Amino acid sequence: MPVIADPYPRWPPSRPGPRGWTWLAIALSLPSLVPLAATVAALARPDGDNLQHLWQYVLPQVAGNTGWLLLGVGAGTAVLGTLLAALVALCEFPGRKLFAWLLVLPLAVPGYVLAVAFIGLFDYGAPLAAFLRDGAGVALPEIRSRGGLIAVMTLALYPYVYLVAREAFASQGARAMESARALGMGPWRAFWHASLPLARPWIAGGTLLVLMETLADFGAVSAFNYETFTTAIYKAWFALFSTDTALQIAAVLLVGVLLLVGLEAASRKRQSFASVGLAGTTRIPLGRRGWWATGGCILVLLAALALPLSQLAWDGMAHLADLDRRYFASLRNALSLSAMAAVLTTAAAFAIALAAREQPGLVTTAVTRVTTLGYGLPGALLAIGLYVPVATFSTWLMETRGWDVPLEGGLLLLLVAYGIRFLAVAHTPVAGGLLRIRPQLLEASRSLGVTGARQLRQVHWPLLRGSFATAVLLVFVDTMKEMPITLMMRPFGWDTLATRVFELTNEGEYARAALPSLAIALAGLIPVIALTRRGRHAT
Amino acid sequence: MPFGYCALRLLIRVATPDAGPVSGGLPEGEGNAFAPDIIDNSDSHLLSFEVLSVRLPLLSLAFLFSLAACSAEQAATSTSVATPAAEAAASELVVYTSRNEQLLKPLFEQYTAQTGTRITYLTDKAPPLMERLKAEGSRSPADVFITVDAGNLWQATNLDLLRPVASARLEKNIPANLRDPENRWFGLSVRARTIIHNPATAPANTLSTYEDLADPKWKGRLCLRTSNVVYNQSLVATMMASLGAEKTEQVVKGWVANLAAPPMASDTEVIEAIAAGRCDVGISNTYYLGRALRKNAQLPVTVFWPNQAEGERGTHVNVSGAGVTKYAPHPEAAVAFIEWLSDGQAQALFAGENLEYPANPEVATDPLIEPWGDYRQDLINVSQAGAMQAEAVKLMDRAGYR
Repeated sequence: MPVIADPYPRWPPSRPGPRGWTWLAIALSLPSLVPLAATVAALARPDGDNLQHLWQYVLPQVAGNTGWLLLGVGAGTAVLGTLLAALVALCEFPGRKLFAWLLVLPLAVPGYVLAVAFIGLFDYGAPLAAFLRDGAGVALPEIRSRGGLIAVMTLALYPYVYLVAREAFASQGARAMESARALGMGPWRAFWHASLPLARPWIAGGTLLVLMETLADFGAVSAFNYETFTTAIYKAWFALFSTDTALQIAAVLLVGVLLLVGLEAASRKRQSFASVGLAGTTRIPLGRRGWWATGGCILVLLAALALPLSQLAWDGMAHLADLDRRYFASLRNALSLSAMAAVLTTAAAFAIALAAREQPGLVTTAVTRVTTLGYGLPGALLAIGLYVPVATFSTWLMETRGWDVPLEGGLLLLLVAYGIRFLAVAHTPVAGGLLRIRPQLLEASRSLGVTGARQLRQVHWPLLRGSFATAVLLVFVDTMKEMPITLMMRPFGWDTLATRVFELTNEGEYARAALPSLAIALAGLIPVIALTRRGRHAT
Repeated sequence: MPFGYCALRLLIRVATPDAGPVSGGLPEGEGNAFAPDIIDNSDSHLLSFEVLSVRLPLLSLAFLFSLAACSAEQAATSTSVATPAAEAAASELVVYTSRNEQLLKPLFEQYTAQTGTRITYLTDKAPPLMERLKAEGSRSPADVFITVDAGNLWQATNLDLLRPVASARLEKNIPANLRDPENRWFGLSVRARTIIHNPATAPANTLSTYEDLADPKWKGRLCLRTSNVVYNQSLVATMMASLGAEKTEQVVKGWVANLAAPPMASDTEVIEAIAAGRCDVGISNTYYLGRALRKNAQLPVTVFWPNQAEGERGTHVNVSGAGVTKYAPHPEAAVAFIEWLSDGQAQALFAGENLEYPANPEVATDPLIEPWGDYRQDLINVSQAGAMQAEAVKLMDRAGYR
């Protein structure tokens, strides 16, 4: 028995028991297990005919397509996102402060909107292509191609990498670079050897989100008629009428997601990325070459933001008469749902990340993995994977016990579904933020008598605020754009902007869907602007 | 929706570094946790340790339950879900639909104005709606299922989601080939999938049948929409029914060999490609061309009715249709509503709004598409196409039609 009290009181002093965080994390991961279990359970009911057909004629091509798409979009977003983040965080050039938050905005533009806008602009019959063909004799390359799709998805998804990487560069990259330069390195070498390696886990995390989003995407790939695992899942369900086959393909997809997640985790194993100080202040002036950076940023913004928004505005103008009271109800519903989902999901992600830090081990690692998988599943599949078991259970209760418990009718299940889908999105920035907090910092604050709640408020909160903002923002915007889960799970009367887009595009009224699509983008811009402009690390 | 705003304010406060001064502490007692405004008062404390470790899970649970309670209350007031049996039979109807809401809403409103029956509806794609109906089983609030495509309607009967309806009025209004043989669903509009062409580059006298588009003379001149869309699946399924699988597969391979561009995501893109001169012929549902002509009457694209010659099967038609769900809480009202949809006035609206052809042969087509003239339908019962749809998909995969 020690006679002398532990000089460092256990932190935090009032934590809920030795395994408290673990139990909380386990509880939070339980809902994620329902759709995963439904997916895996489908493997027990193989349909030989369908599987053989898909195996022979569909899956080989689909696997190749998906692989190339992941490679292209992953590399594209990693490079573009990192480059832009490094520019605005580490360099000084004309318009930098403005671009720092403007470059986040394409996040609010749904991928399918960008896809439709690009096809409209670069298609054979489009004015631009016709002008070049007839006037200059130049034929544009086919937009409905792998290259075209990779370009579009890179532009749509780079903000995931940009946001997380900018946060990393801003909070430690500049300081690291200063140190490296003090050691005599040139700016480029300093970036390459000091800033970039330190930001790597965040870049990898952001790229992982992009890859999962790409795997699960249906809107953009179907606008390009590009077949991936997700379109194969839809084919099995919608055309072959076999939900089991769809779930079986999804199970294969899940293995892929697990591999990606594992790879990302392995890449930062046993490395410490704790921050060496607060945000640096000196940026490298680019001088005259800075205008190139300005031009590059403008180009990205034109393609990823101005083009789709003006296309939507143009199409929307023709249907202004559609704007009625229901639009405002849809807008209000969309905002409420997104806000609730964003806050709850971020809170859950924080609890899970904290559990993994406080009580690292097999269980918390497993919980982290399980809860991130939902982002790699196509939304529609996650929707039936959760809705069908829950509703079937309710029906069973009613029929065998006579208990009327409509578990699936309310907002609760919808919010849980959003949580399952977007936990990975919130987890990446929050866990990344926690990783940056040096253990020594906590010890030091403890020795100064700053503990418990005060420590969390005075030490953690200032360091994590940016990460929370990023997480809330990402989930908010993602929920705003989310379509299949909302369609399937919303209670009566909870129509949102995304469900209105669905109602119009479902029968090909793309131009008429411009108005709600524009509203989604604009409503998504509000928090992006509010958060990024006020965020401490933003500029 | 006070909780919605409250959550939004919370979001902004959490994310805002210089949020206002710290307001009052967390009120004591768990009972208060159910009052939504507690969150508003306590947001600056959200990350204090006690809240995180102990109260936050409780708070979020409380928050969620109050949300669930609110939404359940809302559902109960806006629909008859909670107490289906207690309602007067004819006053409420719940419709699950995958059809264009812009098209249905005016019809619903008109029906409510004429009969006093209130209609609540829920939109989604047909396959998820069917999964929903299946899982809800006997608890389902839905009375009527409305969707497009024979394949979906066939699948609904296959999953035993619809009930047979005995209605002389429906049998009189809707021809036999446009309804389920056991009367579990009824076609409400006819959607002809036909050949479209640029008359300048591909004159009508060079066109004859769907199969002829596989002829090498069309090499590099044909545009098609993706095989992933039900309309093409249904077209190929009826071809299989009349030509057999082997012949059909050859035809589809011929189509693929003749393509001028990769298969497109929508019929509208096919129409635009023909108008732009990228290709000369294509296959499209007529109403997409109708819509395009509504916007630009000068479009150099028109309709050709294939397979009209003596002994040929006729032009392929699909349907949109409706059925009464197996566990409909208000079956009589549901039948009455579908009967009303099959009558003249609703038929004109239903087909006219979207430029489709009315299922009821007594009703005239919209003037805009009148010039395309009459055509002979492929009279194969559309449910047969539905039954063969999965086979058709596999055939197209084998033929390399993406």
